[in-house]
Amino acid sequence: METKKLSRVDYIFKPETNCIDTLKKVMTMEKEEFILELIDSGLKGRGGAGFLTGLKWKLAAEAAGDVKYVICNADEGEPGTFKDREILDRVPYKVLCGMALCGYIVGAREGFIYLRAEYRFLVPKLRKAIADLNVEFLKIGLTFSIDIRFGSGAYVCGEETALIESMEGKRGEPRNKPPYPVTEGYLGKPTVVNNVETFVNCVIIAGIGHQEYKKFGTDNSRGFKLFSVSGDCSKEGVYELELGMSLQDFVDEFGDGDTKAVQVGGASGFCVPRKKFPDTIIGFEGIPTGGSMKIFNSSRSMYNVLHNYLEFFEEESCGQCSPCRVGCQQLLKGIVAVKRREKSSPYLDELMKLAETMKVASKCGLGQSVGNAFVSIIENFREEIVY
Amino acid sequence: MSKMINLTINNMPVSVEEGTTILEAAKKLSISIPTLCYHEDLCVAGNCRVCVVELVGMRTLQASCAVPARDNMQILTNSMKVRQARRHIIELLLSEHNADCTKCYKNGNCELQELSNEYRIGNRLFADLVTEKNYTIDQSSPSIMKDDSKCIRCQRCVRTCSELQAVSALAVSGKGNHMKISSFYDHPMHEVVCTNCGQCINRCPTGALIERNYIDEVWEAIYNPNKHVVVQTAPAVRVALGEELGYDPGERVTGKMVAALRRLGFDSVLDTDFTADLTIMEEGTELLTRLKKALVDGDTSVSLPMFTSCSPGWIKFIEHMFPELLPNLSTCKSPQQMFGTLAKTYYAQRKNIDPKDMVSISIMPCTAKKFESVRPEMRDSGFQDVDYVLTTRELAIMIKQAGINFMQLEDDKYDRFMGDSSGAAVIFGATGGVMEAALRTAYELVTGREVPFANLNITPVRGMEGVKEASIKIENVKADWSFLEGAELKVAIAHGLTNAKKLMTAIRDGKASYHFVEVMACPGGCLGGGGQPIPTSPEIRKKRTEAIYAEDEGLPIRKSHENPEVAAIYADFLSEPLGHKSHELLHTHYKARKRY
Amino acid sequence: MSNSEILVKELADKYGRNRESLMPILQDVIEVRRYVTDEVLVSVAKELDLSAAEVFGTASFYSFIDTKEVGKYVIRLCKTIVCDMKGKDAIIGALESTLRIKVGQTTPDKKFTLFTTNCLGWCHKGPAMLINDEVYTELTPGKAIEIIENYMHK
Repeated sequence: METKKLSRVDYIFKPETNCIDTLKKVMTMEKEEFILELIDSGLKGRGGAGFLTGLKWKLAAEAAGDVKYVICNADEGEPGTFKDREILDRVPYKVLCGMALCGYIVGAREGFIYLRAEYRFLVPKLRKAIADLNVEFLKIGLTFSIDIRFGSGAYVCGEETALIESMEGKRGEPRNKPPYPVTEGYLGKPTVVNNVETFVNCVIIAGIGHQEYKKFGTDNSRGFKLFSVSGDCSKEGVYELELGMSLQDFVDEFGDGDTKAVQVGGASGFCVPRKKFPDTIIGFEGIPTGGSMKIFNSSRSMYNVLHNYLEFFEEESCGQCSPCRVGCQQLLKGIVAVKRREKSSPYLDELMKLAETMKVASKCGLGQSVGNAFVSIIENFREEIVY
Repeated sequence: MSKMINLTINNMPVSVEEGTTILEAAKKLSISIPTLCYHEDLCVAGNCRVCVVELVGMRTLQASCAVPARDNMQILTNSMKVRQARRHIIELLLSEHNADCTKCYKNGNCELQELSNEYRIGNRLFADLVTEKNYTIDQSSPSIMKDDSKCIRCQRCVRTCSELQAVSALAVSGKGNHMKISSFYDHPMHEVVCTNCGQCINRCPTGALIERNYIDEVWEAIYNPNKHVVVQTAPAVRVALGEELGYDPGERVTGKMVAALRRLGFDSVLDTDFTADLTIMEEGTELLTRLKKALVDGDTSVSLPMFTSCSPGWIKFIEHMFPELLPNLSTCKSPQQMFGTLAKTYYAQRKNIDPKDMVSISIMPCTAKKFESVRPEMRDSGFQDVDYVLTTRELAIMIKQAGINFMQLEDDKYDRFMGDSSGAAVIFGATGGVMEAALRTAYELVTGREVPFANLNITPVRGMEGVKEASIKIENVKADWSFLEGAELKVAIAHGLTNAKKLMTAIRDGKASYHFVEVMACPGGCLGGGGQPIPTSPEIRKKRTEAIYAEDEGLPIRKSHENPEVAAIYADFLSEPLGHKSHELLHTHYKARKRY
Repeated sequence: MSNSEILVKELADKYGRNRESLMPILQDVIEVRRYVTDEVLVSVAKELDLSAAEVFGTASFYSFIDTKEVGKYVIRLCKTIVCDMKGKDAIIGALESTLRIKVGQTTPDKKFTLFTTNCLGWCHKGPAMLINDEVYTELTPGKAIEIIENYMHK
């Protein structure tokens, strides 16, 4: 398996001087040509799910209809993730140009940023950038305008169909799929929903070309990505790293020297114990992540960590489907009961099976991923849960 | 023809039309997949996940109710992976469900219970989530009881209330572990915009939504030696009651029902159909009077079209949603309430019984009738005109409690006094029936001839179309009605309140004009009422409809005005339709209610 | 027309009366009033021709749309794992004793409501809290008290 050494890169936060020029350049290309460029770059969505971005755009471009939408998913709510906030704060123009680029390619004239309520402080900056760019777009003959829509405190709205429901004025409950948003999205129209960082990557690829981009990362995980590093570490913050490094390298760089475990991918991701650091690749060939890297040292109780996650999911499940709504409550109650000796430890095995059911039978990605943290923590730190 | 899709289910090949769901495709192979949130009458939710199946090659299971079949799919409906997930899901639902089945009103008719039994769920795997949630039962409504401790959040009620009834009295609130089904701000059901139609009850898979039942009160009355207990039965009950007692849908059990009621101990077994015929006389006259005032007298204060007023769910709907159209409602009470008033006046006088010693019971396909009977306007006899309203379901329970072997009963006949009816009255139970009955009488009254339809069957007003329109040309009229010569009487019929809303919006906005409009709150009319046997489906309602029309055709008298008891009551008691006494006893008024 | 009706009508004029205007309207009401009441939700239902129950159901889905009364300043302290590790319990203690209320409560003068909330996206600078839309990070008990005291004098 191809791996890369940990290496810092600087593309995403590089000063945003020539976004509009990049846009202009793309506008001289055939749309299909750019879609191929994007597909060839191997860029996968940076929100966590990792769908091939070029393919998403291709499907939306091919979808029938005059009215289409581009939505930037800025509902960053995964515990331990804060890189999108950093992007919107530092390089908003790149995000907006990425959206405009998408609008141009798929044939959408309207774009929305769905911004989580917790990030409202970014609004003045974003509004100014939008006002500036709406003018610039006109100047280069691009009919595309951007507006902001807000979340109101609901983690599940980061799921793209829940986000769309929310934008439509409804409860943020994920839809049945198919149909997918690329054919039936916002107001029933073809819609591209991409993460903040994904749009920035698209602009970068448009600028440097897929050949250059592909030099970074591995076969399955092309490019570089922002990591939100927090917990027991020497230097918390947002870092731009090439994909494909081993977790060991990561811990060596960011850990505090006493790292017991790393939660890769947030509450919905996986917990990796120390002994597996060397063999764990950060990327689609190993553990993919939307960027959340939480480091725990040996002073931390993994029971507390799991308890905290399950409380989070119990509240943040949309509640519509039974495996997730009731399953989250039962997992939480279950570990508490085992801790309190109200249930014997084999009950954990039953809960593991339940977690597997939640992974395969829940309606959306949220419910399907609750089991990830649960199973990986129980598998690796069972004694901490029981005793 | 649309494209055919070829797939295999449990290794058996099947070919289905494009767009068919896996669930439907499985049905074609006689494979049944359990469901809870799925209901034929409603849009697909895909949220209970009980119907998940394995799609070979996919990591996640698929909700068969929501996923369309695609070419070359290999589906397994009972693999170990599916069985484990399904078992867990049932367990999970049970853990948040107050599964005290023996104490539950729906014991024996609960989809969760059935499924749990099918999977032989024994000891509970997971913690009980019910006790900590401090649920209370909402008993504020005289029609509907809501018990959140039994709710499995399938949202069938929510979809029913919004899709079929355009009311949305119930919605999903909260999220995560706090997600539940709520009225507005969780206010008591009696205080919110609810029509009491009970369609939610018909589709609730568990005992979370049930009718307020008055079975014990009725037994008390029957066994009270000082009370004379009369019972009336609505038209739609006789074509559905059998479903609760061993028959397939569509069986007419009128005679057995009458026999059973007698065995239960009612002092007199009477027929709401009698006052349905009377309704036609009053409402028909009212319509002709309105038409005359408008066309001849040029009275602009007359509100047309006139709307029927038999369906109490519809009445409450229009009171909430279209108060500006209240003047268009016929002032006629519903047949139940006409019956109630007459029972404690006309009947009481005839039988020489003090009405205060009477208890008047009605058996209805309807839960809204329970509310109607306690409306303060409904006391024209000087007493509450109808004391207790039982649904078809409650009657079936009483019959079972009394140990009556229903299927073995000999047919019996209603009592003679206020027990006679016509086929026109029977069809009140189906959408379009009141319209058809009214036309049979009004046309004949005006022209002296029978309606120009083969065998009196006015087929254009029948059927399951949401909104039906028809017109009938009136020619060669009798001298009294010369102002109607050549007129084309335009009518419309809606069933289900979503259709009613469409029709009312068009009328209010001046986009449609009619003379007479029939609205029934429930899909299919009363035969699909909120008090009818559970389950319901388009197929079941179709069977009941066929039974209703068969009952009509089987009766010797098929026009309301030919019911001899109707002639008698006008001769002996009321004197004439819309006369002084009629006004006093048979007509009512309405009130605007809050819209939100 | 009541104040609520006027407010909601103005917002409906601004955002439109389609269903997709529901969230912007509710969010603006929150900005002005900090919470919604049954009167407000009925007004919204009227303006948008929705059922009141549906509007309530939607509003109650979102943690930042409070359907019960809250104070002038709503404090939302992050309780998710990293802030928890960095001492959010001590911050809660400091806030509770300064405000003399428990989490979930509002001060008698209706000035402050104290909530905990899920990840605010400031894990690298935890513990973090929001007071209305303002973000405060790297809290210590002392710093939290100081911040609150400043608000007390506002």
